[in-house]
Amino acid sequence: MKSPLSPFKRKDKPMPGDAAVVNSKGRLMLRVRRNRDYYLMLLPALIYVILFCYAPMYGLQIAFKNFKMSLGMAGSPWIGLRNFTDFFSSYYFGTLIKNTLILSLYSLLVGFPIPIIVALILNELNGKFKKFTQTILYAPHFISLVVLVSTLSCMLSPSQGVVNTILEMFGFERNYFMANPAYFPHLYVWSGVWQGMGWSAIIYLAALSGIDPTLYEAADMDGATRLQKIIHINLPALMPTIIIMLILRVGQIASVGYEKVFLMQNDLNIETAEVISTYVYKRGLINSNYSFAAAVDLFNNVINVTLVLIANKISKVISDTSLF
Amino acid sequence: MMKIKKWKRITAFDVAITFVALLLIVIVGYPLILVLSNSVSDPAMVATGQVLFLPKGFTLEGYKAVFTDSDILSGYANTIFYTVAKTLLSLFVMLPAGYALANSSLPGRKFITALFMITMYFSGGLIPTYLQVKAYGLYDSRAAIVILGCFSMYNCIICRSFFSSMPHELVEAAEIDGCSPLRAFVSVILPLSKALIGVIVLYVAVGQWNAYMDCLIYIQDSAKMSLQVILRRILTLAQTASLMQDAGEYAAAMADREALLRYSAMVVSSVPLLVVYPFLQKYFDKGVMIGSVKG
Repeated sequence: MKSPLSPFKRKDKPMPGDAAVVNSKGRLMLRVRRNRDYYLMLLPALIYVILFCYAPMYGLQIAFKNFKMSLGMAGSPWIGLRNFTDFFSSYYFGTLIKNTLILSLYSLLVGFPIPIIVALILNELNGKFKKFTQTILYAPHFISLVVLVSTLSCMLSPSQGVVNTILEMFGFERNYFMANPAYFPHLYVWSGVWQGMGWSAIIYLAALSGIDPTLYEAADMDGATRLQKIIHINLPALMPTIIIMLILRVGQIASVGYEKVFLMQNDLNIETAEVISTYVYKRGLINSNYSFAAAVDLFNNVINVTLVLIANKISKVISDTSLF
Repeated sequence: MMKIKKWKRITAFDVAITFVALLLIVIVGYPLILVLSNSVSDPAMVATGQVLFLPKGFTLEGYKAVFTDSDILSGYANTIFYTVAKTLLSLFVMLPAGYALANSSLPGRKFITALFMITMYFSGGLIPTYLQVKAYGLYDSRAAIVILGCFSMYNCIICRSFFSSMPHELVEAAEIDGCSPLRAFVSVILPLSKALIGVIVLYVAVGQWNAYMDCLIYIQDSAKMSLQVILRRILTLAQTASLMQDAGEYAAAMADREALLRYSAMVVSSVPLLVVYPFLQKYFDKGVMIGSVKG
C-alpha cells in the first residue's frame, strides 16, 4: 500500500509513437493491441465465466418451459409462468418460505453481532494468550460440515450423547434433539455460531488494528475507562465494516445454503428443516423435475438480488457506504 | 508506550475479559476434545455415553480400522487430488485475471469487471448449472469437481486489490528492460505476491477439502468420491444401523464396525487442516486486509 497509484496509470499518457494516431478509433485499436497480454491473462477467467456462469443463466429458460431431457433445451415446449404458479399454489410454498426466513433471520440476529463482540473481546487480550484464544476460536472453521453435523448428533444422541447424560444427571428426561422439529432452528443457528464466530471476527479485528493509537492516548488523557474506549472508539471505528457486512448479509436473507441443512435433515425434523435450496436440490436432481426446480431457484435468486439492491440503496442514503 | 501502560495493574475489567475468553475457549474446544477422546476410547464405553471428557479404555483399533478401509483411503486420495488440482487451477485463473483487472487503462476493463461482478449476485442456479455440466460431458468426471468454482469474483477482487496496491515502478522497470506485460507478471510481480498466493490457496484449499455437495451432485462413480462423501456414508450407516435394533446379526456387526470407525474417521479427515492452519494464521488477517482495499 506504498503507492496509491496503480502501476498502469502511465499507459494513458501518449507514447512517442502515438502522435501519428489522430482519430480516436485508431488510438483505441492501438491501446487494445498494446494490451494484448492483459486480455490473454483475462482469457481463462472469461472462458470460465461464460461457460459456467452465463451459459447456465441462458439455461434458466427451462424455468419457463416443460423441460424434457429427450427433447433438449430448445425442443422443450414453453409453458409461460406455470412452474411459478404451481410453486406458489403448492402445499410446500408457505412452509418453505417460513422455514427459510426463520433460519436466515435467526442466523442474522445471533450470528451477526456475536463475531463483532468476539472481535472486541479478542482485541482487549494481549500477547500469547490472545494468539492462543484466536487459534482455538478459528479451529471450527476448518472442520467440514459433515464432521460438524455428526459431532452435533453424537453429542446430542439420546443413548450416548454427553448432553443427554448431563441432562439425566440433573433429573431431566433424555431427548432426541436432532429428530425434534422444534429444536432444528436452534441447533442450526448455534452450531453455526460455534463454527463461525472466530473466523468471522477476523474482518473486525483487522479493522480494529487499524485504529489510530493517538485516539486511545487522547481518551486516556480524558480519563476514559477501557469500556468507554470500546464504546466510543472501537465501535465507531467498526461501523463502516459492520455496515458493509450487514448489506452482504441482508442480501442473503432469502437464501439458506443447502449443504448444512441437508446434512442435518432427517425424516423426523423435515417439517422445519426443509428450505428452498434443499427443496430445489431434491425436486430437481433427485426427482428430475428440472423445470420446476429451476423456477423455484430463480424465484429465490430474484428475491436475493432485489434484497441486495435495496440494502445497498438504503445504506448509500443513510451512511454513504455501499458495495457498488 | 501503550504496552507499558497496559501492564501497569490488573483491573476488574481484565479479569472479566479473561474469564469470557476462557469461557469461549471451553465452548469451542470441548466438542473437539470430545471427538478426539471418543476416537481413542473403547467403543463400548462410547456407546454407553461414559466418555465425557478424557478417553476411557484407551484403544487405537478405530484408527487401525480407518487405515485399512479401502473406501476411506480412496476418498482420501481423491480429496487430495481435488484439493491440489482445484487450488492450482484457481491460481492459474484468478491471479492473471485480477492482475489484468488492476490495469486501470485497459480498454473494456469496466465492462469485463461488470461481467464478472454480476456472477457474484446472480447465477443460473443449481439446476441449469447441472444440466450445462452434463451437456459439456463433464458429469461424473473428476474435471467437473476441479473446474466448478475455480473462479470466484470475491477472490478475484482480492487479487485485483492486491495488485493495484503494488508500487508501479516494478512494472515500469521491467518494461524498460524489455519485458512484455505477461513476462513482467510472471517473473517480477508473481514472486512478490506470496502473501496473495497464500491467501488464495488458503481459501480455495480449505473450501475444497471440506466440500461435500459437489461430489454428491456431479459424481456417481464411488471410486471418484471425495472423503467427505465417504465419511458421511459411514456416519449415517452407523446411525441407521443403531436404529434397527432387531435387524439381525449382520446389522449388529455393521453397527459395531461403524461405531468403531466413526470418530477416528472424523479425526483423520479433519486432522490435516487442523494441523496446518495455525501456521497459516498470518494469512487470515492478510486476506481480509487485502480484500478491504477499495480497487
